[in-house]
Amino acid sequence: MVTRGFFGRPPGKDIADRLPPGQYKTDDFPVLSMGPTPQVDLAAWRFTVNDGPRPLASWSWSEFEALPRTRWRRDIHCVTKWSKFDTEWEGVTVDDLFAAAGIAPPTRYLLAQSYDGYDTNVPVADLVDGRGMIATRYADHPIPAEHGGPARLLVPHLYFWKSAKWIRGLRFTARDEAGFWELRGYHLYGDPWREQRYTNDP
Amino acid sequence: MIDPAAPTASRWQQAIIERLLPQTPRIVSVFLRSALGPHDAGQHVDVRLTAPDGYQAQRSYSIASPPGSETIELAIERLDNGEVSPYFHEVARAGDAIEIRGPIGGHFVWRAEDGGPLLLVAGGSGVVPLMSMLRHRAAAAPLTPALLVYSARTAADVLYRDELMSARALSPSFDLVLTTTREARQRPHDYERRLDRGLLREILDRWREAPRHVYVCGGTAFVEAVASSLVEEAIPAASIRVERYGGA
Repeated sequence: MVTRGFFGRPPGKDIADRLPPGQYKTDDFPVLSMGPTPQVDLAAWRFTVNDGPRPLASWSWSEFEALPRTRWRRDIHCVTKWSKFDTEWEGVTVDDLFAAAGIAPPTRYLLAQSYDGYDTNVPVADLVDGRGMIATRYADHPIPAEHGGPARLLVPHLYFWKSAKWIRGLRFTARDEAGFWELRGYHLYGDPWREQRYTNDP
Repeated sequence: MIDPAAPTASRWQQAIIERLLPQTPRIVSVFLRSALGPHDAGQHVDVRLTAPDGYQAQRSYSIASPPGSETIELAIERLDNGEVSPYFHEVARAGDAIEIRGPIGGHFVWRAEDGGPLLLVAGGSGVVPLMSMLRHRAAAAPLTPALLVYSARTAADVLYRDELMSARALSPSFDLVLTTTREARQRPHDYERRLDRGLLREILDRWREAPRHVYVCGGTAFVEAVASSLVEEAIPAASIRVERYGGA
């Protein structure tokens, strides 16, 4: 349905090829969250991997910082329509995290859990084999608190609400359990290239 | 916090622009007639415009009208160098058709049965979803104590100024505090400076209610500053819901 009098500003082909449907490119870094930005004390920070209620492994900040580190440059896509290209992150890949603790994923699903009570579900397959990291640095600096520091999940091939800010751990779940936004109208999986924004999007 | 009532966004559907009403130098209200299902106060819709060559642009806009209203009112701020907002300011006319889907959002919502006291803090056009809440309150829960703290650049930028003033005059349980950052105040109990922690404390002390539900909406820096200040003023973080706007 053509909108009378609307022409828009279609992006050039180089940009269009990298933009999922319905997205536009921004050079800002907008901030979204459900509530106030939590202040997370590094001295008390811990990252824990649980199988249901049972802890499998846990790291203090200094222990976590000693894990093998990886740098990624990735495009990110927010369900609120903005995409940002070539964002630079550094952190510990989920592969390296599991290897360090000798964890073989006990289930196919997990919830990423945050210090502010937020959580989001991600299939394990979307975090391993070089697809997910726990990032602690952005653009060569510690991640600013409003962008999820000290540590956030980075799973850039899904809409960015899956990349939980202020992460405190991963919890394996027997089933694919909906997280915070997934319970509030957003898609259970969230692939930007299939435009899976809201609950019943195919 | 699980909300079984969280509605599901509709598919794309046609909406007819029934009326356009310039509200401030930068904001126009767009009244839409559509078959969209019922919304909650605080929710938004996605809008899609299509160019003759098939190119489409989508944006999200908060709903200003209360639940149950016959038409959906969006209030759209003109963004310099924006791609979609200038269409509503310069091109759109009554009778034109656009596409929308929604309603969207199951967190930044307030329903009459949630009760109060209700603290709403708006920066600029961030007042739009809060206006839906205030209109809902006036219709469905007029005795619920509510305070709107609204920061705008100048008095002329205050969206819904007349409606807010008359709501204040009509309802003893509704309080309104304006602060203008680039112009002198116009009422003796308003302010003319940035909304920082000290000012929030002063306003809260004057209100004498302990807010049970807090909604903050505005630009990123505004929301960050206000939400952190409220937490520092011992308002439970879990009672504070935020929404930031950004993008073009």
